[in-house]
Amino acid sequence: MADPITARDVAHIARLARLDLAADEAEAFARQLTDILAYAAIVQQVNTPDLPSASSQDGSADGRSSEAGSAEGRASQRADAATPGISRDAALASAPDRSADGTLFRVPKVL
Amino acid sequence: MNARTPSAVAVRDAIRRGELTAERAVGEALDAIAARNPALNAFVSVAGERALARARRLDRNGDTSGALHGVPVAIKDTICVRDMPATAGSRILAGYMPPYDATVITRLEAAGAVVIGKTNCDEFAMGSSTEHSAFGPARNPHDPSRTPGGSSGGSAVAVAADMTPLALGSDTGGSVRQPAALCGIVGARPTYGRVSRYGLIAFASSLDQVGPFGRTVADTALMQDAIEGPDEHDATCRATPPSSCSSTLDAGCKGLRIGVPRHLTTDGVDADVRDAFEAALDRLARSGATIDTVELPHSQYSIPVYYLVATAEASSNLARFDGVRYGHRTSDADTLEAMYARTRREGF
Repeated sequence: MADPITARDVAHIARLARLDLAADEAEAFARQLTDILAYAAIVQQVNTPDLPSASSQDGSADGRSSEAGSAEGRASQRADAATPGISRDAALASAPDRSADGTLFRVPKVL
Repeated sequence: MNARTPSAVAVRDAIRRGELTAERAVGEALDAIAARNPALNAFVSVAGERALARARRLDRNGDTSGALHGVPVAIKDTICVRDMPATAGSRILAGYMPPYDATVITRLEAAGAVVIGKTNCDEFAMGSSTEHSAFGPARNPHDPSRTPGGSSGGSAVAVAADMTPLALGSDTGGSVRQPAALCGIVGARPTYGRVSRYGLIAFASSLDQVGPFGRTVADTALMQDAIEGPDEHDATCRATPPSSCSSTLDAGCKGLRIGVPRHLTTDGVDADVRDAFEAALDRLARSGATIDTVELPHSQYSIPVYYLVATAEASSNLARFDGVRYGHRTSDADTLEAMYARTRREGF
């Protein structure tokens, strides 16, 4: 059984995730994260020696149909051709702050 | 409860027969929302003028062939509608207006539906009561002192309280099925991969599915048929078109084999809930279905798997909410790192 997560672990993770936590929140999350990791131990008990990776399937196992679908087994792909995305104006339309010329998102300095 | 208003099928058919206009159908939905929403808090935003303008265009256009022609629909606020607010039930997306429509919206509108407004939900779909919304709880129309369930509570209320005949929600761990049950309406969680998630603000990418709410099975099947199918914008959406739900309804229950995992109906189930469940099975059997008992031996792992996958994916998916490109940004930060952390402190 892994060591429980401590409030100090949580504070470190919070810093990595750029989250501001109060002291009592760090304690509460330490307990919750420990409980969630206990679930990992349960799942690790399941023996799955020969199953194909889920990411190689297209979910074509369908209760009603019998699509064998080896073609479905590949991740969906498309031709490597440029297609239009959203315009810069649309992308910046909800910006909390933007540069004077309206082309860039503006944020506080790093340091 | 008020007198029942027409189903989606009835609204569409009345418009096709010339007995109703889309504008009138939308106007009646807006009146119902104005009358009932203040007490129920199902909608967090209503786009009356936009909806009426669209309804008038539909009436002028004259083509009533859309499967959902003229039908007002409510949309969970985790689903992006161009130029309507999308809050995902959170303060952190205050002011955000998506610059695009979710695929499910494009398809509903192609079928002639009219988006009326965005509905209340637990924040980022994380919850099962709609009490974790930044905009206050939604209330169950059968008893406003009770929860409508969640996370798609607002959408369930919109339909159960006859504000719109149809609504869209999303279901990650029950968030369409459970509020449908708690509000006494039909709700379906499509098999993963059946409906595009493009434009659904993500909670758990491996689990999320958009799903329909309706007062009848026929209405719900109609909405499901309209939204499902392959989408090049969503690589997890199955590439082969699904079979139509509506086309199977006439066959009824004859020949249907239903597996019941009875081992899951014992612990923690209230007696009256179990009675209602058994009564439903009995009705299905008398309608021609075969009821078999099945075992789901891996069900004991479903909660552990859910709490590992859903939480990990939620952490990744919500990392984008940082005050840089959209939504709330703290005014109390002079460094980038502080801006991220304080924006989230204030917004989540």
